[in-house]
Parts: sequence; C-alpha cells; structure tokens
Amino acid sequence: MQKLLKNQRLFNIVVPLFSILLGILVGAIIMLISGYDPVSGYEALFNGMFGSPKSIGEMIRAASPLILAGLAVGFAFKTGLFNIGVEGQLLVGWLAAVYVGYTLDLPAIIHVPVSILAAAIAGGIWGMIPGFLKARFKVHEVIVTIMLNYIALYSTADIIKRYLYAGNEKSFPIKESASLASTFLADMTEGSRLHWGIVVAILVAIIMWFILEKTTTGYELKAVGYNQHASMYAGMNVQKNIVLSMTISGAFAGIAGSMDALGTFQNMTVMSAFTGTGFDGIAVALLGSNNPFGIILAALLFGGLTTAAPQMNFNANVPQELVDVIIALIIFFVAASYLIRYILTRFSKEGK
Amino acid sequence: MEYVIEMNNIRKEFPGIVANDNITLQVKKGEIHALLGENGAGKSTLMNVLFGLYQPEKGEIKVNGQPVKITDPNVANRLGIGMVHQHFMLVHNFTVTENIILGSEPTKGGKINIKDAAKKVEELSKRYGLSVDPYAKIEDISVGMQQRVEILKTLYRGAEILIFDEPTAVLTPQEIKELIQIMGKLVAEGKSIILITHKLKEIMEVCDRCTVIRKGKGIGTVEVSETDPDQLAALMVGREVHFKVDKKEAQPTDVVLEVKDLVVIDSRNIPVVEGLNLEVKAGEILGIAGVDGNGQTELIEGITGLRKIKSGSVKINGKETAHLSSRKITETGVGHIPEDRHKHGLVLDYTIGENMVLQTYYQKPYSNSGVLSYNKIYEKAKSLIEEYDVRTPSEFTPARALSGGNQQKGIIAREVDRSPSLLIASQPTRGLDVGAIEFIHSKLVEERDKGRAVLLVSFELDEVMNLSDRIAVIYEGKIVAIVDPKETSEQELGLLMAGGKKESVGVS
Repeated sequence: MQKLLKNQRLFNIVVPLFSILLGILVGAIIMLISGYDPVSGYEALFNGMFGSPKSIGEMIRAASPLILAGLAVGFAFKTGLFNIGVEGQLLVGWLAAVYVGYTLDLPAIIHVPVSILAAAIAGGIWGMIPGFLKARFKVHEVIVTIMLNYIALYSTADIIKRYLYAGNEKSFPIKESASLASTFLADMTEGSRLHWGIVVAILVAIIMWFILEKTTTGYELKAVGYNQHASMYAGMNVQKNIVLSMTISGAFAGIAGSMDALGTFQNMTVMSAFTGTGFDGIAVALLGSNNPFGIILAALLFGGLTTAAPQMNFNANVPQELVDVIIALIIFFVAASYLIRYILTRFSKEGK
Repeated sequence: MEYVIEMNNIRKEFPGIVANDNITLQVKKGEIHALLGENGAGKSTLMNVLFGLYQPEKGEIKVNGQPVKITDPNVANRLGIGMVHQHFMLVHNFTVTENIILGSEPTKGGKINIKDAAKKVEELSKRYGLSVDPYAKIEDISVGMQQRVEILKTLYRGAEILIFDEPTAVLTPQEIKELIQIMGKLVAEGKSIILITHKLKEIMEVCDRCTVIRKGKGIGTVEVSETDPDQLAALMVGREVHFKVDKKEAQPTDVVLEVKDLVVIDSRNIPVVEGLNLEVKAGEILGIAGVDGNGQTELIEGITGLRKIKSGSVKINGKETAHLSSRKITETGVGHIPEDRHKHGLVLDYTIGENMVLQTYYQKPYSNSGVLSYNKIYEKAKSLIEEYDVRTPSEFTPARALSGGNQQKGIIAREVDRSPSLLIASQPTRGLDVGAIEFIHSKLVEERDKGRAVLLVSFELDEVMNLSDRIAVIYEGKIVAIVDPKETSEQELGLLMAGGKKESVGVS
C-alpha cells in the first residue's frame, strides 16, 4: 500500500475506483434508509448493465457520446481551460451532422466521414469563439461557454423548425448512406441500438492521447496551460494556443453530437432543454482523471448506470432518481479525492 | 538559566529522510543568534519544531530553563515565541491594526475595540523605531513596511524571542539597513532573536553567535567575533568555498549587443526605460547595477522580445531585433536566464527533461515533422544533468520537485548549452546558497572566456562588483554611468544608484 501511494500514476487509478466503491456504499445506505433492498437493487443495476448482450450493447451505445464529451472537457482541462460549453458544441455538431447527412447524396464510405467532419467543424467553431474571446480580450471562457450553450440550444431549435422540419418536433432523418447504425452490431447484441460510433469515439481518444503526449502541438498546449509566462518566454504563441485548444475541444464535442445524429436517433429533435451529455462530460472527465483511456472507462460506467436505471426501477422498485444520486455520490467522492487520499493514507499507516 | 531557548538533540524525521538529526541550538537572552545552513539543510524544520508546527521524535526543548512541550503555535505564542515568516501572512485589504489583532481581537461590549488596539500598536511602533502607521492598509504599504507589521504582530502578542525566517530576501538594500537597526533596538530592549539565513555578510554584521547545520546535522555553534565568512561558508558547505571569482583579464572583441535610445513602457503605460544606451562586447561581462524598479526588468524583457518596444533600436550581432518575436530573438543566439525562475524559467509541472528543450522542442532532433522524439529529449536532458551537476533523482522528475539551486542549474544548462552569442543573466543567484552561487559564477565567467557577451543584472552589489568587467549603473530607466569595478567602491556605486552624479560620466 505504501508503495502504491508513492506512485502517482497508480494513485490516479485507485482514487476513482475507491470513489466508485464509496458511492455505491453510501448509495446502499440511502436505499436502506428509504426502505429499499440494496442487494436486489444493485443486482438489478448490475443485470441492467451486464445482464444480457443487449444491455451491454446499450451501455456501449450510451457511452459513445459521453466518451467524446469527456474527451472534449479533458482536452481543454489538460491545457488549462474549462470548457463548460461542451453541451452547446455538441448541439451545433449534432445539427451539422443531420444537415449534411440529410442534404448530401454520397456513397456511405464518404458520406459518413463527411457528416462527422461537418459536426467537428461546427463544434470547433463553437469552441473557437470563447477561445478567441479569451485570447484576445481576456473574457473568461466559463462565462462565454455557458452563454453559448443557450445560444446553441435555441438557434438549433429554430433552424430545425425553419429549414429541416419533418413534423412532430423532429428534423428530417439522415440518409441511409450517412448512418452509423449497423445491423451487424445490432444482431450481435441481440437487438440493441449499438452503432459504429464507439469506434469513432475510441479513435478520437487515441487522437487526443497522440496530440497531447506525442506532438510539439501538445507540448505547447500543455505548457501554455501550466504556465503562460514560461510559454511566452520560450517563444510560444500563447493566444494561438488558447484558441487552438478550445477549437480542438469543441471539435471533439461536435463529434459527440454526430453520435446521436448519425447513430442513435438518425435525426434531431427540437429541444427545449439541454441533453445533459455535455455536462455529464465534465463528470466523466473528472472520474477519468482527464486521461483519454480513463475517460473511456468512466463513460462506460456512466452510460451503463443511465441505461440500467430503468431496470433498477422495474425489478427492484428503486426509483430511477436514486441512480442519479449514486452517480452524484461517485462524482462527489472523486471531487473529494483529497479526502480519499487522506483515508487511504491512514489505512496504509495502520496496516503497517 | 543563561539560555532563553534550548533545543537539545532534536531529531525530526519525515518519510524517507531525517530532516533534523541530533541538532542542538542554545540562544542566550538578548543576543542575535544566526541559524545558518544551505537550502534544504533543515533550518526551517528546526524552527517549525520550535514554533510548534512539527513534533520532534527525540530531544527536549527548554524555554527559560523550563522543559516545555510545544504542541502548536498557540503554545509557542504563550511562551513568548514569535515568528516573522518569509512569506507574510497578512490580509491585504485590512489595515495594519486589523491585521495585528487578527485572531485575538480585543472586544468591548461585543464590538472590536480598534482604537485601543491602534494606540497600543502605535506605542510599540514608536518604542522600537518601526514608524508604522496603524491605520494604513496593507496593500498601500511597501514590502519592508509589511515586514514590520509582521514584527509588530509578534511584539503585540508579547513575544520575547523572535524568529526571523530569511527576512532580507525580499528587501531592498536600504530596507535591509533599516531592518538591521530595528533588530538592534529589539535586542537592546531585552528581546532575543533567531535569524535564519544563508547570507554570511548579514551574520557577520548583526549576529553575536551562529549555529551551523549541514544536511540535517548540527555542525556546531561559533562566536561571530571569532570567525570570518570563509570559515562560516566552509562549515555550512563542508568544503572550502571561493567567494572571489577567479577570472583573468577580459578580452573583449566585437560588439554583440547594441542598444540605442531604447524606450520601453510598462503595463501602466509609463515609460520605464527612457532612451537607454548600452553596448556589450563578446568576451566581457557587463553588470547592470541599480535599485530594483529602475527599469532593469523592462530592459531585459525589451531586449528578449517579451515586452513591446516603444522606440529605439536593439541590435544583436549587427542585426536589428527590436521588433522580432521572442522566438526569433532566441534563434538569433540569445540565452536568457530569467529573473523569476518559477514564473518564466520553468514549466514546473513538466519534467526536468521536458524543461530542457523549452525553446528547442520544435527543432530536430527533438521532434520530427511535429512529432516529439522523447528518446532524444531525455538523452539530451540526461547529458546536461550530468554535465551541470543538476541534483535530481532522474530526468523524469517534475521540475517542481527540485530545489531552487538545482532548478537554476537546469535553466543555466539549457541556456548555455545553446551556445548563444549573448547570454543574459537576470538575478542568476537570487535565493541560492553559496555552493550554487559559486557554481553559477564560475559558469558565467567560463562562458565569457569562450567569447560570449554576458549581460548581468543583479541587485546584489557584491555580485555585480565581483563578476563584471564593466559596470553600468541604471537609474530611472537610463544608464547614468559606466564604471570599472576595479576602480570603484560600494559607496560610489550606491551614490550613483541613488541618482547621484559622477565627476566624469562615461556613458558609452
């Protein structure tokens, strides 16, 4: 244990795991207090996540946009920026993907990448705006991104109503050639809505890791995030790097939107409220320690918990809201990693 | 009973290291007692034990002959021990009095009785010659004054023994002089002082006795009147230390840096460098002497492209660089050891290896079409770490984890290794101990002898006089005199730095 604590990297894995455990534990206590059976509750939750090929498929499907949203938050965070605007960037990306998927006529091998690219560009532009405002006028990105979320929410709704409206609060569906849906994956998971989006999400995770850890661009981005003065001293263009970081982050978020556009829903709904995926991305990034692969695992957990929540309600009569409470508890304990660190240190001391 | 403080055979361990190993410190009433040691020798740990922040594993503490257990700073306060921290603990938008009473506010019917407190503060201030205005806001007074507030804070709480933690590190030469007078007054009034420092000059000037610790071990206590700086340095470092830099006569050749009529404005739009002229030749060290805030920082930032130049010209090797980006200027052949190594010199969260390529990461062999080659980077870092004796567990250690001296050695390795024709060293030894200072001085002279032009900025007059081949005195954004270090004196320089005129002003 002592050795384990010394190793920072291992610690970054242990803290989230321990937080999950604590979240589940406290969740059980809450279930007991409220008069539900935690054992059957968690059994139902577990079955809802891993019980059948279909539930696994649904878990992965739900995780795909979460992975990308988490990557978007994590990327910005690693370069010293808080992108709270993932939600808005996701919405404009979603719309862009639907638009390109609906209007263009292309063979699937081109249509899918072009639609995803359109989503990335739209999200990128939406992220670039706060990046530019921060770099040029020192406007704090948190405020701008929050405001841009609202602008995105109502603008996309308006654009759908005006130009893409198919009735029943929905846009026209995308063409078959732009779809990420796969009968092969659906059959393999016995009828889930699993689509190829997960492959895209994993590819983007690899891209993020590569940019940050292997390229001069990543070296600059991180340096600017850690210490702007030293970056300037080293001859880096701080402004350019801030804009670039927000643009890349926004592009990731845009691709997250294309998951829903080209995969799960194949269209876009006229939304009156946020999807929440962008905000969940913040939690996913936190739980995954902003590490691309940690984010994948965290998103799978979040996706699984969300898709399994109805099961918990159905089988064990535990209200769905309680799953949200458990998710919140997990995040709480991750955020309180100082506390976890303290507890673990105490344990290791006593164990000696 | 002749000692007010006795710390006998103190031992304090931290996981993996012994910070204090059998150290004994005995302070007499009414003396100024120096605690001398290199950075990381264990001075602060020992004082934190005395102040109740750490509990020792072994050893006993006696105050006025009585054995005591100091479990927390409140106990220390009650025993009359006060600490003047190096980093002040003041609330900036509170007044002096409000800061002093913070934590033990005198109340009168539920209301804070600020008037009485202010009166008491004023009395104390008068008695010890501190001349602090009890109603001034902290954010409006100078660093030197803030330090006096810290002193007042301890006196207000009835401290009899004052611990000063490197008090002169943040002060100007004038403020240091005043602080020394204040210390004199304090001991004259019967207080005792423990002075933590690694500056030998100060010890020789103000202290009565000096306890030396080295690498966590107590080396011994000496009477200051019976010792000299060389002996103290040897005790502290554990070997002979050379203060005088061995250097041959400079062989200056071509002009490398030529600054003409330079004007640089600061962030408030006020010109702080006003028509400055300067020349540095290859093979010489030009030292800039001056009181802090006379445009030194802005001059260096202007030359290196970190700050926009309003007007004037900067030529490096005959090439105009006044309006180039800092990267272009670096590529022209400028090495820059910045004044603030944490703010500018290093990305502390990067490994020391990554920091070694801070200006060259985009060049071959460290990267290839945008992809970093970490093998090459760490190979280079490893060889630099060995060559410049940077003490670090490995090249993969975060720069943050290194001591100040080793961080500075890392920066110097990086800057010197690029073989710049102009090497700018701004406060290269600030906050470092004698061992590291000696190393850095010899490196700068070595670079000079290799034919580089070295521009040195320092607030330490000794350093400027020791190292420079020529001294340029800066005052209010202009070079007011160029003097030969062999023919000048501290008095003359001090006068010039304060704006006094020299008979034959030789501005080049």
